[in-house]
Amino acid sequence: MRRTAVYALAALLAAPGARAQLSIEISGAGANRIPIAIADFAGDGLLPQALSAVVRADLERSGMFRLIETGARPLSEAAAPDHAEWRSRGADALLAGSVSASGPERMEARFRLFDIQRQAQLGGAALAAAASQLRTTGHRIADFVYEKLTGERGVFSTRIAYVVKSAGRYELQISDADGMNPQTALASREPVISPAWSPDGRRLAYVSFEAKKPVVYVHTLATGRRHVVANFKGSNSAPAWSPDGSRLAVVLTKDGGSQLYLVNADGSGVRRLASSAGIDTEPFFSLDGQSIYFTSDRGGSPQIYRIPAGGGETQRITFEGSYNVSPRISADGKSMAFISRSGGRFQLAVMDLATRQTHVLTDSAKDESPSFAPNGRIILYATEIGGRGVLAAISSDGRVRQRLSVAAGNVREPAWGPFVNY
Amino acid sequence: MEKLPKLLIVAFVLALAGCKSTPTGPEQAGAGVEERSPGAAPAAQPVEPSAVAKVTPAAPSGDAGIAALKDPKNILSKRSVFFEFDSFAIKDEFKPLIEAHAKFLLSHSTIRMLIQGNADERGSREYNLALGQKRADAVKSVLMLLGVKESQIESVSLGEEKPRNPGHDDSAWAENRRVDLLYSGEF
Repeated sequence: MRRTAVYALAALLAAPGARAQLSIEISGAGANRIPIAIADFAGDGLLPQALSAVVRADLERSGMFRLIETGARPLSEAAAPDHAEWRSRGADALLAGSVSASGPERMEARFRLFDIQRQAQLGGAALAAAASQLRTTGHRIADFVYEKLTGERGVFSTRIAYVVKSAGRYELQISDADGMNPQTALASREPVISPAWSPDGRRLAYVSFEAKKPVVYVHTLATGRRHVVANFKGSNSAPAWSPDGSRLAVVLTKDGGSQLYLVNADGSGVRRLASSAGIDTEPFFSLDGQSIYFTSDRGGSPQIYRIPAGGGETQRITFEGSYNVSPRISADGKSMAFISRSGGRFQLAVMDLATRQTHVLTDSAKDESPSFAPNGRIILYATEIGGRGVLAAISSDGRVRQRLSVAAGNVREPAWGPFVNY
Repeated sequence: MEKLPKLLIVAFVLALAGCKSTPTGPEQAGAGVEERSPGAAPAAQPVEPSAVAKVTPAAPSGDAGIAALKDPKNILSKRSVFFEFDSFAIKDEFKPLIEAHAKFLLSHSTIRMLIQGNADERGSREYNLALGQKRADAVKSVLMLLGVKESQIESVSLGEEKPRNPGHDDSAWAENRRVDLLYSGEF
């Protein structure tokens, strides 16, 4: 039983979808990076890929850490570190660990984090996993370190969804937050847009054109089981989950024009949320579920508005410029990422919702579909470079940039998944 | 080495590459199951694998089977209406085309038409979907003014997703701001 499962997983990881590997480039760095030494783990050499290398890559990519040279000598969590020596090398923190085989195709990783300045332990853990889950294990260790040293949850164990378009083929893919381990959830000859993660991270809502018109589906990732949430006469699009996962806001044209509706996650109980003479689209729930942000041209140009989730009076949010669309709210409810056009260029912008201060974060021309990391630190979005669709990520302070691209296709429609509870 | 901890959670993935499911209706057949087997509490926390099963929908196919709709000499073979930038107004040059299709629909009451609106690629995909819908709705209004029953026609949008011209300049965008008319069997 156990062996079968392990082999099935290994086969899954080697599935053909994996060819569309995202590659990552990083530029820029945070202002006050924490110097950390991550020693090679004892037993790293027995693995196809060093566990400590996965942890290092994660932390470095965040732009929040500066890696201190550790040398090739492995350091186990059981050993007492020489605080004076690490301090002299400039490290504020030290991570040590070990990996061992704990059964056929099974591994166990142990680690401990040390505060070098205070000569104290910051904790550690033992993690058991299938050997094929090496990277996942590394991400969990990186999350632990990130949270202990920054006070915020890390997003290394989270996943992202996006659509890859290659000749006549659209694939909805799910990968780790670092772009590795891509898996195809849906492969279709017709377009797929607007993937949205359920708050529990088990399901994706999206719009598929496989019926020659836009239809909203909810798709359970582990099983591939999916159901239609909205397939009314006309177009059905722009799904957004309520924070409790029970409902979706969608855009339907069944009663004329693109208008906002609420529907239960099983497709029942559709009811109208708002009425306007123009276009209402791109709904997005606030974290408390009390209001819905959306795009509307009711004022003559597309702008962002907010409406109570139970219906009611709308409030206009954006005023500068003639094209502000695709609102997404950060998990702390304080900022809104959106796309703003100026001088014919579509750029990622972020607004402080309390002060209404807006900053344009990019200098590109075709930005689309922003998506906050669940800790609010990074915004993932789609853009175009050299005529090809790529994903880019930028820290919400604009300092650290990453680019993710697929060798043989256009990547678009990114959506960052929720925190993983383990 | 420590005695290995009893495995707690097993994701049993049946749907692997080459084992594509073909949907037959809105509700999909399950492609796999998730299984939990109870056991003793482990010394270490297990790392839960996150499986993703793959789905491949089938493409519809067919044909209306009426020769006039395909005859290049017949106006009914013309199926596209083009629009100006940021506009939903139907230009005079396309009125004879829409009138011919209205007449055809009135005389073939069992045939249905799908009116697909499209937009150029600039800006938000969902907003462009709504712009394409406005164009499709404009054509639908004219057909209904000419007496076509609403039950016979459906206006939908493909937004910027199905450009006729894959280019990125003004002439490509002009080709992509359009409405296509499809008859039963063609969608």
